[in-house]
Amino acid sequence: MLEVRELTQRFGGITALEDVSFTARKGEITGVIGPNGAGKTTLFNIITGIYTQTSGSVHLNGENISRVPAEKLAARGLVRTFQNIELFGNMSVLENVMLGLHTRSSSGIFSCMTKMPWHLKEEKNIRQQAFEWLEFSGITDLAGHKAANLPFGKGRLLEIARAMAVNPSIMLMDEPAAGLNNSETHMLAALIRKIRDKGVTVVMVEHDMELVMDICDRILVLNLGRMLAEGTPREIQENPAVVAAYLGEG
Amino acid sequence: MRNINVEIIKFLVLALLVLLLPAVVHEGYLLNVLVFVGIHSILALALNLLLGYAGQISLGHAGFFGLGAYISGILTATYSFNPWLAMLISASVVTLLAFAVGFPILKLKGHYLAMATLGLGIIIYIVFNEAVDYTGGPSGLSGIPNLSIGAYSFDSDIRNYYLIWTFALVAIGLSLNLVHSRIGRALRAIHDSEVAARVIGVNARLLKVQIFALSAGLSAVAGSLYAHTMTFVAPASFGFNFSVELVTMVIIGWLASIYGSLLGAALLTILPELLRAFQDYDIIVYGLLLILMTMFLPGGLAKGFPQAAAYLRTKFGRGPASDA
Amino acid sequence: MDLSDQIAQYLVSGLSTGAIYALIGIGFAIIYNSTEIINFAQGELVMLGGMFALFFLNFLHLPLPVAVILAVASTTAVGVLFERLTIRPLKSATPLSLIIITIGGSILIRGIAMLVWGKDTHAIPSFSGTEPILIGTATILPQHLWIFALTVLAIAMNKLFFNYTITGKAMRACAVNKRAAGLVGIDVRKMVLFSFAISASLGSLAGIIVAPLTMTSYDVGIMLGLKGFCAAIIGGLSAGVGTVLGGLLLGVLESLGAGLISSGYKDAIAFIILLLILFIRPQGLFGKAQTERV
Repeated sequence: MLEVRELTQRFGGITALEDVSFTARKGEITGVIGPNGAGKTTLFNIITGIYTQTSGSVHLNGENISRVPAEKLAARGLVRTFQNIELFGNMSVLENVMLGLHTRSSSGIFSCMTKMPWHLKEEKNIRQQAFEWLEFSGITDLAGHKAANLPFGKGRLLEIARAMAVNPSIMLMDEPAAGLNNSETHMLAALIRKIRDKGVTVVMVEHDMELVMDICDRILVLNLGRMLAEGTPREIQENPAVVAAYLGEG
Repeated sequence: MRNINVEIIKFLVLALLVLLLPAVVHEGYLLNVLVFVGIHSILALALNLLLGYAGQISLGHAGFFGLGAYISGILTATYSFNPWLAMLISASVVTLLAFAVGFPILKLKGHYLAMATLGLGIIIYIVFNEAVDYTGGPSGLSGIPNLSIGAYSFDSDIRNYYLIWTFALVAIGLSLNLVHSRIGRALRAIHDSEVAARVIGVNARLLKVQIFALSAGLSAVAGSLYAHTMTFVAPASFGFNFSVELVTMVIIGWLASIYGSLLGAALLTILPELLRAFQDYDIIVYGLLLILMTMFLPGGLAKGFPQAAAYLRTKFGRGPASDA
Repeated sequence: MDLSDQIAQYLVSGLSTGAIYALIGIGFAIIYNSTEIINFAQGELVMLGGMFALFFLNFLHLPLPVAVILAVASTTAVGVLFERLTIRPLKSATPLSLIIITIGGSILIRGIAMLVWGKDTHAIPSFSGTEPILIGTATILPQHLWIFALTVLAIAMNKLFFNYTITGKAMRACAVNKRAAGLVGIDVRKMVLFSFAISASLGSLAGIIVAPLTMTSYDVGIMLGLKGFCAAIIGGLSAGVGTVLGGLLLGVLESLGAGLISSGYKDAIAFIILLLILFIRPQGLFGKAQTERV
């Protein structure tokens, strides 16, 4: 599970986050909502090690990961998808997912150059598992396509497949429904549930209220860098402060 | 998606071509040009790993080439080391140096990285010119022995041709293996989106430095081969102009293509020879090539022709992506 | 001459070369601030200034002030042409592409200069003679005074332009936020053009006023450009005081190093400083630290 304690982030004169604390429980889908500028993406960037917080700490499965550099987090089971999808555009869909398995393979430069037998075996494994994750996301037929050529909705699915290939215990999703139409959003909801059913804890920043209320077990509301409320979807919907600050706009 | 068999066939065809070419090309001068194509191919390959695959620009690679050449040259000419041992020492020293310098340098991106590598290359060049006691200064270092295996000495054009191209083919083979592996994927990932690469666990910082070091070491080997083939080295061959030439080779070939670098190296080695009469025009040609290639054919020649052909087809054919 | 006299002499010559570096560096900063491009061709524009001046003076026998003005104008025209032909058409090129294009441009300009003017070094007469002037224990040439004066003048005009004219302020707006500037009606592309024009003017002026001291030839651009860039980096790529200080600092360190340590490695000093700054404090000695927003 993921725990955030009193996280504060200041950029020069701007306080993006102040004293944010919450726990994303294991096996649950936690939603993070709030108006634009509330600090949601900053929160994600801190948790995933892209920013270093001004103060406070982040704990993963009991371990303090505040000072762990971004590239070491995947091996510890933490991955993230991006709001604007960050695909490896010049590589194929399959290769993108194969990269998800980077931390679960280990052949170094020398082994790769000289095609050591364990490297070859590993490659075969990686390829096979990558196909499995493509199937999980339902995009097996796109395996050979160049990632940059995918329509946005499929690109999302690819990013998710790649993230799942890392075999995470926690998946952070930054506005996964952004840019998706209604039917795509429904498919996304089903996929996220599938991810949760695999035992992955999901933390999701979202603006699509219908999706949030539909699949989240718990919701955290941020406003202007501060926590406004935390609770079940019903509790949030009935919270007058939240309604006043945010939900009223629908 | 890669079909392994196709890759093996391509490589074998190349190897066969290399093996048989001297049957057709006898003249010493032409063979000499081909020797240089070989050396430049290794250099272009080395730079391509860094520039084309990992996406990190270096405007100072001539420096590593020169270091390899001078270290080999000095160890063998002045201190009578065994040339093969000298080559090993030279490559190791340059690799370690690049590894050490790589950490601070590769923290930089874009223009800053370009300038830093440029600066590094020029510092090395200045040292070649100024450390006269060791390097012989601007007039160069001569008396470098040829490479030899036992009594068999590589002292003729044809022998050097096979020597250089053996190294080149090995380098090509190893590089092909590397780029089709998880490391190769990781490099291309860093190039496409470094932040996403880090998020899925690619240690971008370390990998960039490792490739930088590998690239430098390979360039140093090319330098050693150059020194023993020419038996003479001078600073002028290792300056900023040559670094730019190397970048041009990689770009006109195809960024992120092993065979593309060969093409680029071949073109830029043979072209000046053809334009011997117009020797002074060569830097204009490079400048134009760089500009035009980057503006119109960013994929390089190897990719550009199919791209251009496809574009023409859609313009004058029956419609977009028509297969008719 | 004893040591303190020597140092005074080095300081003087260091400050004057530093002024040149400052001018060139400001040119880099101006273009960078409006386009986020480092114009590798800047050094060649410096070279062109000197070469054009040579042409107007020695070939057409025009009087000095006319030749200088025409040389600056011609180089500015080349700078504008370069921007028009290569930078303008590329709206969304990767940083790598832009670097390579400006490198290509620089070697193209250098190549053409070599064909037109040959490989020889040429001399341009000093603006007002070569009689050394004694200031304390240091001798200073009249040309040094010209360099100081013209540099101060150029920088002052630069400051006035950017702070008090509409166009200047518009350019600063572009530097801060291109899209916002466009939205309030500023013609961003024109501002980019102006930035290239101003950089070219400053650069060519630098090339002209230093030419009487250091001779000029088709390949002086590389070193001057790089050292100007170094000055700009020390100054944090600011188009103002920071870069000026950076240039002066660089000039003085180079001069002291050449005089006191070794003259052969003089050029290496600038690059070692460049590397040190890039490694340790890439935002420059006089710039502000920035957190990158993702």
